Amino acid sequence: MDDETEGVVKKFMFLNRKAPYGTIYALESLEVVLISAAFDQDVSLAFVDDGVYQIVKGQHTKGIDQKNFSPTYRALEGYDIEKLYVEKESLEARGLTEEDLLVDVQVMDSAAMANIMAEQDVVISF
Amino acid sequence: MKFGILVNEGPYNHQATDSAYQFAKAAIEKGHTVPRVFFYHDGVYNSTKLTEPPQDDRNIVARWSKLAEDHKVDLVVCVAAGLRRGIKDEVLAPGFRISGLGQLVEAGIQYDRLVTFGD
Repeated sequence: MDDETEGVVKKFMFLNRKAPYGTIYALESLEVVLISAAFDQDVSLAFVDDGVYQIVKGQHTKGIDQKNFSPTYRALEGYDIEKLYVEKESLEARGLTEEDLLVDVQVMDSAAMANIMAEQDVVISF
Repeated sequence: MKFGILVNEGPYNHQATDSAYQFAKAAIEKGHTVPRVFFYHDGVYNSTKLTEPPQDDRNIVARWSKLAEDHKVDLVVCVAAGLRRGIKDEVLAPGFRISGLGQLVEAGIQYDRLVTFGD
């Protein structure tokens, strides 16, 4: 880390919009999230659209011969990444509730989500 | 203004790579700077010198190399995403380098804007 980076804390939001499997976006997004923790930034994650499936309980990936990386979301707390936002409309459209999710999240409607996004310095969308 | 750019899609397959290039070029022409472009996901394929498009088409890889040379743009290819897809030092076109995701986060911290191109 050089001088220009040291001491600067920005609000980083990782916006997850895609299902966990079928494409690599969710897995590679998680890799950036974990790296960002090392930079002492104010990091949050947002799950909208099919992105809500990333944190659904009971994922079984043996049948598609892929790594089940969902336990990693539980480990985020250990990296001081505790702000997880889920869009209410996206959950409802998929017949899901907060109880179906494997981590503690804040569920908010799309207007509230828009407000939180507007407060960010950097939004990285995958 | 300083713009960081994130490219998440492969060349020729997706408009995102063309849009990212056009955006970078336009920003520089308007007097802004683009200190770094970060290539992630299939975006890493933008970096390989093995690319040989038909002669009547644009050469996306060569175009990035020229942008880097003319305007000192740091073209960074993610090491993990690259290794998964066979992108290593020996296939890199001029102006590209392989580094870690920290370079992306750093761009977000240091520059005024970070603009993502991809789905």
